[in-house]
Amino acid sequence: MDDTALWIVSLLASTVRLATPLVLASLAGFYSERAGVVDIGLEGKMLTGAFAAAATAAVTGSPWAGLAAAIAASLVLALVHGFACITHRGDQVVAGVAINTIAAGLTAVLANAWFDLGGRTPSLDSGQRFLGLHFPLAEAVRGVPLLGRFYGEVIGGQNLLVYLAVLAVPATSWVAYRTRFGLRLRAVGENPAAVDTAGISVPWLRYRAVLITGLLCGVAGAYLSIAQGAGFQENMTAGKGYLALAALILGKWRPYPTLAGCLLFAATDALQARLQGVALPVVGAVPVQIIEVLPYILTVLLLAGFVGKSIPPKAAGQAYVKDR
Amino acid sequence: MSASTNTDGLPRWATLALLPAINLFAALVVSSLVILAIGQDPVSALAFMVKGAVGSGTGLSYTLYYATSLIFTGLAVAIANHAGLFNIGGEGQAYVGGLGTGLVCLALSGWPWYAVLPVAVLAGALFGAVWGLIPGYLQAYRGSHIVITTIMFNFLASALMVYLLGGPLIEHGQMAPESREFAESTFLPAVKEIAAALGYRTPTLPLNLSLLLALLCAAGVWFLIWHTRWGFQMRTVGANEAAARYAGISARTTIVIAMAISGALAGLVGINELQGVQHRITLNFQAGMGFTGIAVALMGRGHPVGIVLSSLLFGALYQGGAELSFEYNEISPRLVVVIQGVVILFSGALEHMFRPALARLLKPKAPATAGQRA
Repeated sequence: MDDTALWIVSLLASTVRLATPLVLASLAGFYSERAGVVDIGLEGKMLTGAFAAAATAAVTGSPWAGLAAAIAASLVLALVHGFACITHRGDQVVAGVAINTIAAGLTAVLANAWFDLGGRTPSLDSGQRFLGLHFPLAEAVRGVPLLGRFYGEVIGGQNLLVYLAVLAVPATSWVAYRTRFGLRLRAVGENPAAVDTAGISVPWLRYRAVLITGLLCGVAGAYLSIAQGAGFQENMTAGKGYLALAALILGKWRPYPTLAGCLLFAATDALQARLQGVALPVVGAVPVQIIEVLPYILTVLLLAGFVGKSIPPKAAGQAYVKDR
Repeated sequence: MSASTNTDGLPRWATLALLPAINLFAALVVSSLVILAIGQDPVSALAFMVKGAVGSGTGLSYTLYYATSLIFTGLAVAIANHAGLFNIGGEGQAYVGGLGTGLVCLALSGWPWYAVLPVAVLAGALFGAVWGLIPGYLQAYRGSHIVITTIMFNFLASALMVYLLGGPLIEHGQMAPESREFAESTFLPAVKEIAAALGYRTPTLPLNLSLLLALLCAAGVWFLIWHTRWGFQMRTVGANEAAARYAGISARTTIVIAMAISGALAGLVGINELQGVQHRITLNFQAGMGFTGIAVALMGRGHPVGIVLSSLLFGALYQGGAELSFEYNEISPRLVVVIQGVVILFSGALEHMFRPALARLLKPKAPATAGQRA
């Protein structure tokens, strides 16, 4: 029984750790897409953030400097995205693909040239990373069955950026549904002409949305390389940006359901690692790939309307042309 | 992704030649800045790349070998684009298509290559087509966004191949996730064999007969797009879906067909990589060729001639980049990926940046004020 409890606690703790970058990135996508700018480029911005964070933390020794660098680098790419899609009304998907491609190449080239470790950055020691925070009384209640460990290892013991991600969900919900900026943000994603008629600048609104996206992607990237991990590796995002986008679709472009989507994807990921070669009751040993692809299959089914229906913001993907 | 619209009065030669040249130049400037940033001399690095790519017979043959795969994936992206679809799934379609080709080569062990080839081409095209057709169907009949679905299908393809090569297809008693080697009789003739037949001696090089198949496909795509009813329907749906429906064209069927053909073309990468070079099904043999096809198609402006030329360019970049990283340890071969990204940015997402300026520059002098406001 105690083994099962331990197993559950470690699964949950691992789910939280794996969900964090997805939550940050999918909320990032939330701002951009609700403002009508489709963002395939979450992946690239995260990757760039991860590299900037690890490189800066390795050189300066400060995780805070790393976090700042991650945000700055991701913001630059967000501006490129905005410049192409908002200012020049370029194709948003193509711009996203360009950003992902540039990020994949540039991080590898710079990491290789600056650190000469074959595309990695040096391993960071504990002072250069965001480490797990120790919650008060965690040791004292450890003995309490299940709940003690749950408090110490799932609720507590996570690093700062995890809590930031947890806070970002209600914050996003509040911004989007309780503030003037949020109302305008959602309006510009549904009907930019109406926003324009009200005398509000569509480009400026969309630029702000895209910059928030950049900020959150930067944090997500920093989490991967200087909180969860201890350094940058080539292509270390490995599709997490796309998965975050899928979670956003699964959550029908709303913050709390998106959080649920991220937790679901993270849980399948955590489960997948633990079920490798384990024989399950009834079905026997399942190839891990089947569990691994569940998020992708779910997204496909959902988008196709076989499991509920997910409808994107109406103006998403379209550049706004003022004089028409 | 907008097909080249000709509303701003830009001459055809400028659209087809000058714009890509400007885009390439911009990409070269950005990559020079990157090379500068890592403390190297961009001029000598770029010169070294050119020499590595086309300066020797070996270099040139590698360039052509890379170009072969890129022609397939570039055509795949372009044909979907003509129907108004952005197919990001070339990578997965190439991967699954290669599975079809590989299975045929494994099954038809004793057959000579010229008998295997048509079956392998059919199987590769069929497998790739299925992997493109499903997202196409879901877009046409269920309204799912093709971009997201094709991305998901890339992940599905990757998981499928990892599973198959790690278990059912793995070579008996081996640890590496690859199939057993094909029978030697099924290997596509490469440069060495062809040269030997003509009485020349060359080293073993990857360039093989599938280059001809790629060129045939390019010609076929040209014919299909501009000289058949299907092609006309695709271009009409791509230009204006509502108008196409009003004209009695079934947009749904057209979208499914376009994605099937697109997937089939991408699926032929395996002919070059597996039947031509690796001679077994390997993990990730398509190695980014599907994604590079996006840059190739954009730079080639969706026209088969442009795609062949930009495939040569990107093939040269791959080969030159590989040579460069042998010579300069500091420069990673991934520099090519940066250049590819910048090309996508400039010729795809920022195509509206250069166009108006260029149109203004090239405008005939006479009525400078009239007709300015369209």
